[in-house]
Amino acid sequence: MMQTATATLPHRPQVRPLPVSSVKTESQVHAGQIKIATRGLNFYYADQQALFDNELEIAANQVTAIIGPSGCGKSTHLRTYNRIFELYRGQRVSGEVLLDGQNILDGDCDVLELRRKIGMIFQKPTPFPMSVFDNIAYGLKQHYHINRSELRDRVETALQQAALWDEVKDKLNHPGTALSGGQQQRLCIARAIAIEPEILLMDEPTSAVDPIATARIEELIDTLKKRYTIVIVTHNMQQAARISDYTAFFYQGRIVEFGATDKIFTNPDNQQTEDYITGRFG
Amino acid sequence: MKPRSLTYRRGIDLSIRVISSLAALFGIIMLGWILGTVLFKGAAAINWAFFTELPAPPGMPGGGLANAILGTLLITLLSVLIGVPVGLAAGVWLAEFGQESKLAEVIRFAANLLMSTPSIIIGVFVYVVMVLTTGKFSGTAGAVTLAIIMLPVVARTAEDMLALVPSALREAALALGMPRWKATLGIVFRAAQTGLLTGTLLAVARVSGETAPLLFTALNSPYWPESFNEPTANLTVTIFNYAMSPYDDWQTLAWGASLLITAGVLGTTIITRGFIWYRSR
Repeated sequence: MMQTATATLPHRPQVRPLPVSSVKTESQVHAGQIKIATRGLNFYYADQQALFDNELEIAANQVTAIIGPSGCGKSTHLRTYNRIFELYRGQRVSGEVLLDGQNILDGDCDVLELRRKIGMIFQKPTPFPMSVFDNIAYGLKQHYHINRSELRDRVETALQQAALWDEVKDKLNHPGTALSGGQQQRLCIARAIAIEPEILLMDEPTSAVDPIATARIEELIDTLKKRYTIVIVTHNMQQAARISDYTAFFYQGRIVEFGATDKIFTNPDNQQTEDYITGRFG
Repeated sequence: MKPRSLTYRRGIDLSIRVISSLAALFGIIMLGWILGTVLFKGAAAINWAFFTELPAPPGMPGGGLANAILGTLLITLLSVLIGVPVGLAAGVWLAEFGQESKLAEVIRFAANLLMSTPSIIIGVFVYVVMVLTTGKFSGTAGAVTLAIIMLPVVARTAEDMLALVPSALREAALALGMPRWKATLGIVFRAAQTGLLTGTLLAVARVSGETAPLLFTALNSPYWPESFNEPTANLTVTIFNYAMSPYDDWQTLAWGASLLITAGVLGTTIITRGFIWYRSR
């Protein structure tokens, strides 16, 4: 939950004591509960509108896939959830993105804390130019008071959760950029989950890695959804069908259809959806 | 359609090739000539005393340029301490925050103008602002002048180098909940460090050979530099003074100083290139 203190003191210091129990159990967050909801979300690149009245509900501890042809606004939609679009001039948004009921587009939402809660994995792996260990430690130290042995434990745990520990435990001091593409992507996942987020946004996380690495990341997503709410943008419809519980089909900035993945892929209500998933366009 | 004569086209090709080769050769010969002369004439002045002793009066045996060598090092060091942080900060602002804004365009334009301003004008400017107001020439004024010359070079190179860092890396840092300054200094700077260092070293190499701006600011001195608050000995103004003097031994010392500066600039450039090569392996 957004703490009420955040609302009154938007710029409080970010560093906090490390929580005792890092691992949320399923019982704490009920699957199916709404984690994120967008209401009347519009997005503009300067004068050009890219999203139109998006209404979407993301279920907690489930995987929601966003599919659609190139340029339909999938990534744009995802990038409003952690307000990363604000990096760029001329990009603006209207409407609401509710995280646990609180509108994160509000001025008094603390964006640093928001981004701790909502991790993001990008299309291309983005390891920082530093060692494997520091790649993960850097974010941890930003958000938590932490001593050295704790730091080591946390880094190891994160790497284990990202199914990367066995491959890198002997090269924690090697540069993160020296890993293979698939390993780099899992390093980015480890980095994101190390700071204890609640949600993971994945923007085509497997489009730059080979099929074997893709399979590993998909398996990983399946494990991670026990702890995190996952929203994944993907070009790969088989991937969406394999790993997601819900699917939203975007077309030209609008959400054409949203529902349980089984239904979308077997019996969609909308003709456009059917045309797209059967490969007739896009 | 009548085809054009092949012989004619080959002839044009050949003459252009000859002309451009000659032009390149001319440039290389001039460079070789300058380096050769400096090396040949300067080598005569290089000995132990050159590096360790104060200048001797004309006609007296011995004497060196130790004070000027030290002075040049100190002035350059101080100018780096002033110019590089300010230049880097300006580059960061241009690349990370100003981007395409009107103000950034104005600053970029101003930086380009400053870069092409003759250094003597910057020297005269600092002369008016610092030397006339304080009533004396000083090493500080010299360092400030060099810092101003360095500033736009560092700022523009820094901007270019930071702009080369993929925005995905910036986004990744920010997406982890890092504040903008930390993402910039901790991640983007690290990714661009080779380029930033290169730009800085090249700027240093450039200003270390400046003479005119120091004539108006640091001036020169026959003594050891004891404070930045007084005229400070330096190699380039020494070259100017000694080369214009009628004394043979001073002229030899001027050649020695020329050799030293040339070697210094060359050395800095080679070290920079070596560093880039090493990092890009």
